[in-house]
Amino acid sequence: MSEHHLSTPLSGEDIRMLEAGDVVFLSGIIYSARDKAHAMIRKAGSPVSLEGAALYHCGPLIQEGRVLSAGPTTSGRMARYTEEMLEKGLRAIIGKGGLPPEPFRDRAVYLAYPGGCGAAAARKLEVLTVHLSELGMAESLWTFRAKDFGPLIVAIDSKGRDLYQEARE
Amino acid sequence: MREQVVEATVRALQKAETGLPEWVLQRIRDAAARERLPLARQHLQFMLENVAIAGQDRLPLCQDTGLPIFQVRMGRELKLDFDLHEAIADGVRMATKLVPLRPNAVHPQSRCNSQDNTGLRMPDIIMDYVAGRSLSITAFPKGAGSENMSLIAMLNPADDPFDFIIESVRERAANACPPLFLGIGLGGSFDLSARLAKHALLDMDGKQEDEEEQALLDRINRLGIGPMGLGGDTTALGLRIERAYCHTASLPVAINFQCWANRKAKEVIL
Repeated sequence: MSEHHLSTPLSGEDIRMLEAGDVVFLSGIIYSARDKAHAMIRKAGSPVSLEGAALYHCGPLIQEGRVLSAGPTTSGRMARYTEEMLEKGLRAIIGKGGLPPEPFRDRAVYLAYPGGCGAAAARKLEVLTVHLSELGMAESLWTFRAKDFGPLIVAIDSKGRDLYQEARE
Repeated sequence: MREQVVEATVRALQKAETGLPEWVLQRIRDAAARERLPLARQHLQFMLENVAIAGQDRLPLCQDTGLPIFQVRMGRELKLDFDLHEAIADGVRMATKLVPLRPNAVHPQSRCNSQDNTGLRMPDIIMDYVAGRSLSITAFPKGAGSENMSLIAMLNPADDPFDFIIESVRERAANACPPLFLGIGLGGSFDLSARLAKHALLDMDGKQEDEEEQALLDRINRLGIGPMGLGGDTTALGLRIERAYCHTASLPVAINFQCWANRKAKEVIL
């Protein structure tokens, strides 16, 4: 179990060195997207490039451009989009509760941020811009600048290990 | 009196969103002291740290500020000359701006967001009548992560309801932000079992579980699901069972999941 401080965009090399159980602190650009943004991206494409990107399953609480609380939402609801989102070049999906591990193999990781810890997350995230704002606060695609955002637990690594599955067995 | 109800609603929401009841914090602390897995222990400590930050910054501890659910305890002798639901709805609208709350309430089909956390039959108000002339309101904002994992099953009377609960928790806990608080409704009818399960959560107050509840809680903690489903000794922090007689041919079981952030705050008006 080692600790890594990484910055976006993430490379294939960054991803390969991460092992299930490692802890990551992430800096740089992070995009938020949940139910409606995923449906829109499927329909009309992504308004931002997701090459090497980190996507956060999060519906933040924002007031006047300031992040007030921004913990993760349940990733399972977005499971149906995992394959097509990873095909766009995503290197990391951040969320809670996990996803089927197979699509992550050899290209990406799933990072778990402690659920419910929105106030702590807010101190590490700053709003840069917003896309799909017609979807409303929780459902928009927010662009955050992260500074040492974490602890993010490598819950699914690129070699097929899945901590959720291991805990259930 | 209407004004007092509106203000009490705002205060209850403000308090519920930015902190946790002391007994909930104590259960998390106790679990952190017992937990053997370092990653799980770190999660529990981070959760406590997050609650402290929310208190310092006076901000909602979780961005999912929930669906507005309230328990109102009202004296049978009390007569109100105003619409209680409307007064509480006004409080929710005000709290949405003041706390602030994330606008979460949408129409179930159009998914159109009212932007103020109210709408058709929202807030949900659970009325309990008591003796005398008292009036209190408890805010119980319920996040979707745990509520989405909740379920009802109409079991065969030959089934073991506790086995069913164990398997449901094993499959669903990771999505519900464990360590969990579990409200169990046993018996009644299809909908009564669900109401019992919600009441079990509402009435949970840190009192020691009875022998049967504790045995079920221990079984759940032996599953090893752990905080956030990443493994550990701490899968649930509290469990309460509410029962009702059921039909001789039925065995309804409802499980209302609640996340570790068991937010609840009471304001006494009268």
